[in-house]
Amino acid sequence: MQLDFNNPKPIYLQMVDEVKKSLARGELKPGDKIPSHKEQAHLSKVNPNTVQRAYQEMEREGLTETLRGQGTFIKNDPELLVHIRSEMAQTAVQQFIEEMNGLGINPAETERLLSEHLYNGKKEV
Amino acid sequence: MNIPDNQPVIELKGLHKRYLLKHALRGIDLSVRRGSIVGLLGPNGSGKSTLLKMMAGLIHPTSGSITVNGLTPGARSKSTIAYLPEIDHLYGGMTVTETLTFISAFYADWQPDKAAEMLDRLELDSNQKVRNLSKGMRARLKLIVALSRKVPLVLLDEPFSGIAPPSREKIVRSIIEEFNSEEQTIILSTHSVNEAEPMFDDVIFLFEGQIKRYESADRLRSEFGCSLENMWEKVCM
Repeated sequence: MQLDFNNPKPIYLQMVDEVKKSLARGELKPGDKIPSHKEQAHLSKVNPNTVQRAYQEMEREGLTETLRGQGTFIKNDPELLVHIRSEMAQTAVQQFIEEMNGLGINPAETERLLSEHLYNGKKEV
Repeated sequence: MNIPDNQPVIELKGLHKRYLLKHALRGIDLSVRRGSIVGLLGPNGSGKSTLLKMMAGLIHPTSGSITVNGLTPGARSKSTIAYLPEIDHLYGGMTVTETLTFISAFYADWQPDKAAEMLDRLELDSNQKVRNLSKGMRARLKLIVALSRKVPLVLLDEPFSGIAPPSREKIVRSIIEEFNSEEQTIILSTHSVNEAEPMFDDVIFLFEGQIKRYESADRLRSEFGCSLENMWEKVCM
């Protein structure tokens, strides 16, 4: 798990993001069991309270469900993956746009640069 | 022991400590919530050890008040605190097993199974004499001594001091593993901010005997936009 302590984003949210990324990449699948709080704290060497907050957040977002006596599972919902991918794609685009704005590049130029790169990328493949 | 959940583990009010002419602590007000791991950070001589010793009931304040688990420091409060001192306090002539047996006799709350488990996990040779252990191994033994007790408050003074990174990592893992957030609070002073950072819920920055900041680690990181390790110079200015 990649946690960045120089990133202003709270660690528990970074942990949630990591789980989402694993899902988007297919390393985790709906219905998969994820480590218990204690195991996760051990694996990532992070404070158990932080892990607990991450797990609460995942449950709140409907990413996981906890079955009594069995553990925590990624929700077995076929829609889930679609949601996560579009959510993460939205965030990535948003970040890109903000960065371009920060550089003072206007929307038209941003669009031109983006399509140029996408087009070039395709041509090389 | 029954302690209400909302009661802070530690409450310090207007705490001062003077050693002859030197002011070690100048007016500390602090209230630590139950169930957290708190990092006590600050440069050498900022008063970290003095503060921990005072919480442990080993030294007395010049003025101000301390309540630990609802008690004023004394014989009764000591039974609710495990304290790991910075100095080597174990007898060199005893073996690791003898040390643990000897110490266990002092505490009704000693958990022999936990001690045995940590002994195994931290790869200590139980037949070695303490004086023949490396510094890193002695640090591991001190940690076992502190964490084998079932107490609401654990105070660790520089558990990584003078220890190589592999040992530090093992110690961090052990602290995380043994920490029970429902009934324990750990206060840990260290200079190894980098290794210790993932453990902390909250952080106290101590500078020249005063608390500069006491805040959740997440909030500090978002305020300064960097890790605790990189911010501590900015805080203590």
